Amino acid sequence: MIVKRANLSFWERLYLPALLSGLQVTWRHFSRTFFAGKKVTMEYPEQKWVVPEGYRGAPYLVRDQSGDTKCVSCQLCEFVCPPKAIKIIPPGSSGKPAERANAEKMPAEFEINMLRCIFCGFCQEVCPEEAIFLQRDYSLTGLSRGEMIYDKEKLLALGGTHAGVQKWKHKLDEAKEQETFPVKG
Amino acid sequence: MSTPATTDIKPAPAAPPPIEKIKIKVDGREIEVPKMMPDWQGKPQPTTMLQACQLAAQEVPHYCYHPKLPIAGNCRMCLVEFGTPAMGPDRKPVLNEDGSSKIAKSVLPYEPGTPRGAIACATPISPGMEIYPNSPATKQMREAVLESLLINHPLDCPICDQAGECKLQEYSVEHGQSQSHFVEAKVHKPKAVDLGPRIVLDDERCILCTRCIRFTKDIAGDDALGIVNRGSYSTIAAWKEGAFDNNYTLNTVDLCPVGALTSKDFRFQMRVWFMKETKSLCTSCGTGCNVIVGSREEKVYRYEPRQNDAVNSTWMCDSGRLNYKWINRDDRLKDVVVRGQKSTWAAALKEISEKLAKAASGSVAVLASARQTNEELYLLSKLAKKLGAVTDSVPRVGEGDKLLVSADKNSNTNGAKLTGIASAEMGSNLKKIADGIRSGAIKTLVVFGEDVTKHGIGADLLAKLETIIVSDILPNATTATAHILLPGCAHAEKRGSFTNVKGRVQKFMKAVEPKGDARSEWEVLHELVHNVTGQNGFSSIEGLFNQMAKEVPAFAGLEWAKLGDTGVTVPI
Repeated sequence: MIVKRANLSFWERLYLPALLSGLQVTWRHFSRTFFAGKKVTMEYPEQKWVVPEGYRGAPYLVRDQSGDTKCVSCQLCEFVCPPKAIKIIPPGSSGKPAERANAEKMPAEFEINMLRCIFCGFCQEVCPEEAIFLQRDYSLTGLSRGEMIYDKEKLLALGGTHAGVQKWKHKLDEAKEQETFPVKG
Repeated sequence: MSTPATTDIKPAPAAPPPIEKIKIKVDGREIEVPKMMPDWQGKPQPTTMLQACQLAAQEVPHYCYHPKLPIAGNCRMCLVEFGTPAMGPDRKPVLNEDGSSKIAKSVLPYEPGTPRGAIACATPISPGMEIYPNSPATKQMREAVLESLLINHPLDCPICDQAGECKLQEYSVEHGQSQSHFVEAKVHKPKAVDLGPRIVLDDERCILCTRCIRFTKDIAGDDALGIVNRGSYSTIAAWKEGAFDNNYTLNTVDLCPVGALTSKDFRFQMRVWFMKETKSLCTSCGTGCNVIVGSREEKVYRYEPRQNDAVNSTWMCDSGRLNYKWINRDDRLKDVVVRGQKSTWAAALKEISEKLAKAASGSVAVLASARQTNEELYLLSKLAKKLGAVTDSVPRVGEGDKLLVSADKNSNTNGAKLTGIASAEMGSNLKKIADGIRSGAIKTLVVFGEDVTKHGIGADLLAKLETIIVSDILPNATTATAHILLPGCAHAEKRGSFTNVKGRVQKFMKAVEPKGDARSEWEVLHELVHNVTGQNGFSSIEGLFNQMAKEVPAFAGLEWAKLGDTGVTVPI
C-alpha cells in the first residue's frame, strides 16, 4: 500500500515552530517548579505517598471491636490464594480454644509469605468472617526471606481493628436470651 | 405385595430365575427396571422410585435414605412428583387418542390442581408409572423442604468440619433458594455436646434424619441414641451422657449428612477440600476393610470406609480407623544403617547380596511379617527357596466381633500362607529357627517387619548370629541389634495387595511419599532377588503381581488390573 505524502505548507516546512510549541510544555512545568516552587516529586523513602482508599496493599488480619481475632481458621483464603502465599495451621482438637466466645475455632498459626503474595485481594473477597483485608502498605522490605513471612502476631498487630458485625457474639446473645422463659421475639 | 418374584419358579441351580421387570417412565424416558430390588439387608423388596431414578441416572436428593440402612422417610428431601395410569370406572385404563394410557398425576385430594409429591425412598413403583424428578413442581417441593430444614440451622460453615462434604451445602446450592421467608430468631440448641469418647454433637446443625440412630441400633447393635424433646427443640441424645462408645461410633460421622456428628480425632485438623483421597486398605486386622486415606502435604489425616459389599459394606471399626497415627510418627526409621553407620541403599544392598549369595544352604532363616504385602512375601519366599532357608511368620490372635473385627490381627495371614513364607501352622518354625541359631546352624537372620525378641528369639540368640538383616518401619529391640537396617514403608506409602481372612485379594494405592530414605520393600526385594538368584523380575508392581499370579498356584488367573477397586476372592 502506498501512503500519499501530505503536502506541507511553508510554515510547516520550517520545522522550528513545531519544536518551539513542543518546548512550551516543558517550559511551563520548569517555570512552575523552579520559579513558583510547586514541586511534583517526593523525597521518596523519607516521604511516603499516601495511597487512596481501596488500594490493594498488603493483606493483614484484623481484630473486632472487642479486641478478638476475627479469623476462625476456615482456610478458604489458603484455598483460594493463587500463589499459595497463605499457610494456616488449624487448632486441632486439643488446640487453644478460640478467644471469642461461641466461635469454637481460631488458627493456631497463620502465615502470609509476602514475597509470594500478588496482592490480588482474593483472600479478602472470599473471607466469610471479614477477618483479612488488603490494607494500604505497599512497600514491604526485609533482610531475609524468613523475615518476609509474616506470622499471626505480626499480621494482627499490623492489621488493626475492623468494627463490623460481630456475628458470633450476636448468636451467643440470642442463645442466652432464649434460655430465659418465656422466650422473647 | 412383598412376595419375592422368584417363589413360583422352581429353583434351578444352573440358571438363575428370570428377573421380572416393570416398564416405567422417568423424566419422560421409558426404562425397564426390576420389580424387586435388594433392600438394606439384601432381601428383595419392591423397587422404590428412588432406586428406579438411580437406574435411570437421575439423581434424587436425599438425607435420611441410605442404601445400607432401614428406610425412615423423615427428611422429605426426596419428594418427587409422579403419576400413574388413570383407571376408568370399569377398572380399565383410560386411553389417550393415540392409544397410550392416560396418566393421572398425583394431586392433593382436597385441592386437585396442586401436585402432591411422594417420598421416592419409600414409594414402590407400579407398571406404567411416570416419575418427574425434574418437573417444576418437584423443584418447588425441594426448595420448600430445604428452606424448612434451614429454619434453625446455624449456618456456621466456617467453623464446621463437615463443610466441603456437607449434603446441606451441596443441595442448598443445587436445589435450594437464596432467600428464606423466616425472620424469627433461630432456635439455639447445645453445641459441642460430648456424645461419646470419639464423637462430638452439635445439636443446632442436626436435621434429625436419624441415620445415626438407625445405624447404631440396626447395624452396630447398640441402641444408644435417640431423639429427646419435641418440635424445634428435638435433639439427638445418648441414653447417658458420653455413653455412645461402641467400636463403630465413627461410622455415624460418615453417615451424618450435615456437621452435627463430628469426629473428635479429626476435629479442626484440616479442611476436607485439601484432602487427597487414595484408595487403600485398613491393616489393623485380617478383615481388610476398604478405606480412603485422606492426606495433605505428605501427612495422613484420616481413614474413611470405602464401599465393598464383599468385605465391609460401607463401614469400618473405630479402632481400625484411628490406627493411622504411627505413619506420621517422628521416630520412624528413615536411614539405611550398616553396623551403626548411616549408609546408602546401593552399599547396603551390595553387601546383603554378596553375603546371601555366598551363604551356605540352610544357614539363613527368613522371618517375614504376615503384615507384609503378597508381593513382598512372594519375593521373600523366592529368595528363601534359593537359599534353602527356614521361613515363618508370627501369628497374632486377638479378639474379634460379629460385625467386622477379625480375631486375626495380621492383615495378610493368608498371603503369608499362600506364598509359602508361613509354615502350615503359622509360628511353628519359630522354635526351629531359635534352635538353629542356638546350635550355630543358622548364621544369618533376615527379618521383615517383626520384633523377633518378643517371639522367642531373644537378644542372647541374636548376639550369636553373624549377620542380622532387618527391615522395619518403627524402631524396636530387633532393629536396635540389626547389622544392616533397612527403613521400610507403611502401606500408605507404597502399592501392593493383601489377602484377607476370607481369601479376598485386594490392592491398595500409595497416598504419601515414604519418610526419609525409606523405600518400598518390594523394590528392595526385587533387587535382592535379582542379585542373589540371577533371575530377572518385574520392576513395576503390576508386572510383579502378574508374575506372582503365574507362579503361585493359589493366585492363578489373577491380574493386577482385574483386581479392580474391590478385589477378587481366591480359594484358601
